[in-house]
Amino acid sequence: MATVASPHPPGAFEITLENLFSFPQGRRVLTCLQCGTCTATCPYGVGMQYPPRRIIGMLRTGQLEKVLTSDSLLSCVACYACTAKCPRGIELTTVLLPLLKEQMLLSLPEVPSELQRALENMLRYGNPMGESPRKRAAWAKTSSIPIRILPEDPRTTDVLWFVECYTSYHPRGQDTARATAKIFQALGIDFAILGNEEKCAGECVRLSGEPGLHNTLMEYNMQVFRKYKFNSIVTSCPHAYDAFRYSYRTAGFDYELRLATTFLAQHLEALRPMLRGKAGYTVTYHDSCCMGRHNGFYEEPRTLLQAIPGIKLVEMTHNRVNTICCGGGGGGMWLDTYYKAKGYERLSERRVKEAVATGADVLAVACPYEISRFEDAVKVLGYDKRMIVRDITELLVESMEGEI
Amino acid sequence: MKIVVLLKMVPDVVEELEIAPDGKSLDTTYLRMILNDSDNHALEEALLLKERHGGKVCLLAPDAPEVDDALFAALAKGADRAVKIAGIDAAEGTRAVVARIVQALSTADLLPADLILTGAQAIDDLDGLVAPLLAQTLRWSHLSVVNQVRFDASTGVTTVTKEFPGGLRAEFEIKLPAVLGIQSAEKPPRYVPVAKVRAAMKSLQIDSTTVPIAAGMPALEIQSMAKPSAAGHAEMLEGLPEAVAGKLCDVLAAHGLL
Repeated sequence: MATVASPHPPGAFEITLENLFSFPQGRRVLTCLQCGTCTATCPYGVGMQYPPRRIIGMLRTGQLEKVLTSDSLLSCVACYACTAKCPRGIELTTVLLPLLKEQMLLSLPEVPSELQRALENMLRYGNPMGESPRKRAAWAKTSSIPIRILPEDPRTTDVLWFVECYTSYHPRGQDTARATAKIFQALGIDFAILGNEEKCAGECVRLSGEPGLHNTLMEYNMQVFRKYKFNSIVTSCPHAYDAFRYSYRTAGFDYELRLATTFLAQHLEALRPMLRGKAGYTVTYHDSCCMGRHNGFYEEPRTLLQAIPGIKLVEMTHNRVNTICCGGGGGGMWLDTYYKAKGYERLSERRVKEAVATGADVLAVACPYEISRFEDAVKVLGYDKRMIVRDITELLVESMEGEI
Repeated sequence: MKIVVLLKMVPDVVEELEIAPDGKSLDTTYLRMILNDSDNHALEEALLLKERHGGKVCLLAPDAPEVDDALFAALAKGADRAVKIAGIDAAEGTRAVVARIVQALSTADLLPADLILTGAQAIDDLDGLVAPLLAQTLRWSHLSVVNQVRFDASTGVTTVTKEFPGGLRAEFEIKLPAVLGIQSAEKPPRYVPVAKVRAAMKSLQIDSTTVPIAAGMPALEIQSMAKPSAAGHAEMLEGLPEAVAGKLCDVLAAHGLL
């Protein structure tokens, strides 16, 4: 299966709507066949007044104003499906749509209040929920593993663990944080976190049309990184990974970078003997768009799951590059009410129906957005007696502790 | 239409408020200040009026931590001028603060104006007196708890909608100039992208004015400040759902609610 990781060439973040066609990625828009694959693969394409194919057509005929004053682009959940399937290799998700969304955010008469609140919170508090930035590391006190917090103990660390918002604040995300810490300790990893100095990496705000806010968060986080000495960064969030891998490079980010899932997969041989508890369940894995379609990590999470003794892994109809988005990307995390009001099916519910159809007992995930999205969907659809949602790290720890 | 909007920074309750060792004030160690919510609505209403009828929106705010951020954000949203009053202390009491605002309106050359809009209340005093005191001092018309301001350019008539309890609304025709206490704008305060705020910070400036302390004004003295103490506790019903449902029925029956 082809991966669609698109390493952005230098300059990709300098593209604007005005200079679009002076860059190779922009000129590629002119090669569009108008085949409509993008619209057909877009999870919300059917509901958009101007779906991706029409947007490109209108861009080429100078009718962009209509697109920018409609709310069509709010339905883009930055799932990379259009980009992955485009026969001409047009980078809609990474290049074209963010530029258009930025203009849309300026011309929309009203930004949906959930999204507005999340963006304002991100600027003021460094997290979308509007939680106190002074409580970002509060979860660490609930961890059975001592967590070193760099601002309190700034000695050099091997791994700087960038925990991210949902893993730090959401009660179920904190379960992932505690599980990750347990595995790190078991593997003898020398790790530390930034504590309350960490702020959201800002990937979703860029893809929801707020590059200025993304840049503010990037400049802040880069300053914090430079204060400390560490050998590499590991993050629990595919969205932060994506931001660091692509946009943060423009601000001088050159640290060794890994996603927690891939980092653990690299340590699998050390981890395998610790996985003692035998799992008697069937699991299906949801490919996160950011992690899979955009960065090509399809096998690492599956390898980790299959290392758990007794586990049976089954695939959903849409897997790997064909995955269906959970609906949380590109600002979608804060547009649930808006989508519901539009009469859209929640993508997390669409995905959970597919997961339940596999007959699996457990829906395994590796992105912190998905736990809450899928757990909500499981409950809304009435499947809470048939299926549970777990982060891969939680399943690994259960097996390590023999509590299955 | 020339509109002056009065803005004020209040403690951000995202952090737990702590009492300072003097027992009379808030501990400012971790305290952050945020724009008072209904002042933000007053700003939005002023911007809507400007969009419909043209004119200028000028901002006047007592100096406070983080006030520059709030003022630049308001300029980025479309306000034309921002002035902060230096050396003002909210602890002077509302009457003294209003007296200083009146002076600042002159020293900063903000008068004449057609409207002065401000939040109907601020979360740190809830006395809602700024608008009426200011109107009385200036001898202007006044209404508060307003949620809509309409101006008919052809007739020159200004209509103000005011909210009452129980979902009632009343419309008033008001003579300008007027001071209005805004409860909420017609639509939620708009979003302003960070890039626009950054551009405003680079290209625009905030003016500052100083006015003397108003002599002979009655001032309030805070004698003590304390956190509310719990008077009673909620009873938690525990156990299996069936048992909890049974207990809940008993409680409701005991209170004559079943």
